Amino acid sequence: MKDTESPALVRVRNLTRVFDVSKPWLNRVLERLPRALLTAVSDVSFDIPEKGVYALVGESGSGKSTIGKMIVGLLPPSDGSVLIRDTDLATERDPARIAAARSEIQMIFQDPYASLNPRWRVRDIIAEPVTARGGDASGLAERLLEQVGLAARDAGKYPHEFSGGQRQRICIARALAANPKLIVCDEPTSALDVSVQAQVLNLMSDLKDEFGLTYLFISHDLTVVRHMADTIGVLYLGRLVEEAPAEALFDNPRHPYTRMLFAAAPRMDAFGREVEPPKGEIPDPINPPPGCAFHPRCPIAVDRCRAERPEMRRLGNARVACHLAE
Amino acid sequence: MAPVLSLRNLTVEIPTRHGVLRPVDSVSYDIVAGEILGVVGESGAGKSMAGNAVIGLLNRPARITGGEVWLNGARIDNLPPEGLRKLRGKRIGMVFQDPLTSLNPLLTVGDQIAETILEHLPVSRAEARERAIAALEEVGIPAARDRVDSYPHAFSGGMRQRVVIALALCAEPDLVIADEPTTALDVSVQAQIIVLLKRLCRERGTAVMLVTHDMGVIAEAADRVAVMYAGRLAEIGPVADVIQHPRHPYTAGLMGSTPGASQGQARLTQIPGAMPRLDAMPPGCAFHPRCPRRGPGCDIDPPPVRAPDARAACHYPLTVAEDVTA
Repeated sequence: MKDTESPALVRVRNLTRVFDVSKPWLNRVLERLPRALLTAVSDVSFDIPEKGVYALVGESGSGKSTIGKMIVGLLPPSDGSVLIRDTDLATERDPARIAAARSEIQMIFQDPYASLNPRWRVRDIIAEPVTARGGDASGLAERLLEQVGLAARDAGKYPHEFSGGQRQRICIARALAANPKLIVCDEPTSALDVSVQAQVLNLMSDLKDEFGLTYLFISHDLTVVRHMADTIGVLYLGRLVEEAPAEALFDNPRHPYTRMLFAAAPRMDAFGREVEPPKGEIPDPINPPPGCAFHPRCPIAVDRCRAERPEMRRLGNARVACHLAE
Repeated sequence: MAPVLSLRNLTVEIPTRHGVLRPVDSVSYDIVAGEILGVVGESGAGKSMAGNAVIGLLNRPARITGGEVWLNGARIDNLPPEGLRKLRGKRIGMVFQDPLTSLNPLLTVGDQIAETILEHLPVSRAEARERAIAALEEVGIPAARDRVDSYPHAFSGGMRQRVVIALALCAEPDLVIADEPTTALDVSVQAQIIVLLKRLCRERGTAVMLVTHDMGVIAEAADRVAVMYAGRLAEIGPVADVIQHPRHPYTAGLMGSTPGASQGQARLTQIPGAMPRLDAMPPGCAFHPRCPRRGPGCDIDPPPVRAPDARAACHYPLTVAEDVTA
């Protein structure tokens, strides 16, 4: 974070989301099954400063996409709150304030093939965030297409006429149409080839400066996250285990899970590296281990870790949820 | 050392109404026993198609129209389908990207492995079962004896990929073709699978063709790397040389686009444009429209596939003096 004084645009407080994954009622009665609850996100708190890039990293099942969906309002939280400036979308009753807060948020999804309506022309896709509010969108699509590196005449085409990278540019143009402050990017380049990924990441950096955007960047790819983010939050099984400025996190990872993740990530300079691979896999989120969820895989776990869940605590410029980190 | 697998000017063509497409164009490389050759490229580069051509799994109308495939000194590209079927599983093992679709959901993993062993090795049913258990133990499945009668759905993604590897190796093949074996897996599980693949190949002296789009995986696992572009071999050489001192401008561009390899750069190096479509292949070198080093002749003659002692198929390769990375 270059500018820690700037006010937070998004404040996430004790955010929790529980999914009911029980079998249907009759099956539960007949098979004597208990209700099954999956805690996808548990007690997550963080701030995204205005014009910052906050990245959430984690493996599958860590809850990163669920957090993204709750921030844009696609999913209601089970507990906790998301404040966009001072508006909580889940509890706010004033329609004007809801509309104002919503217009500041846009989202870019992972799969550019699934997130564009194949029956709409690109012009209508890009203009939709404006026309849906009754705004005037004439010429908007053409202007935005040029801004994201496509041609104005592409506005009359359909999505199938574009490659994956070009489609993701269209998604970005659509996100920009509403003139948002915050863009939640859920794995925006994971479906793209590396040379196309580089083009899209560069475009996103340029647009951020040009439009004064704030990004919440959700990714499993540590190299992408390190390239883009100011601040990184590491998630494990629905909980934030560590948060630190990007360079500090990579120079000095404090949580054992962060260390494991960094050690496991393939490195471009590690030819024939003999590593001890990480032990075990992510546990079942329906029955997470007691205490610290990472303790069964943790190389330094002690008895306290099995019994007591570590709270987030501040260590230098980082926040870590580990009893033993220092 | 005589190569286990040798491709000689392998060419695959697909006849269409609008002309003949050539997804693999005069590709030659060797893999020796105990060696992991990484085949890397972006989508549509022909890397999987070359692997499928080796094992005779091309979908019609794609077919081999030129060149030869040699396995341990015997030509296999002209074998009848029945002969190729005998090779698959016995002499050539296969690992695909999605472990769930490469296992039969209606058979226990033990039955699937035993079936492969019975098909290819002269052993009794009881012996095959024992070997299946041993194979599962070898790939690191805990309590293999208890889990041998489980169905694939009872295993996690990483464990399933271990089963697939056990399946690929159970008939003791000379060559394993692993097509994106870790792409569907989380990074910590990916590290486990890479270590496993490396260990098994070293112990058994199996040759491996590791097809992937991920340069990081190549850097970790491969001994040599073949970079493919638009169906042709762009560059081939020892992995450290190719990654740190690329000779082909495409390889250099690919490294610049990879966020991890260009650490600390504010912007990623971009390769302008996109890979040409198979039906719109430029004349001469397929990379020349995007190439920063193109010169006279690039748009006329395709560069020699591999001149003696040269790694790159390029008229104007990068020289030692231009090496940027230390």
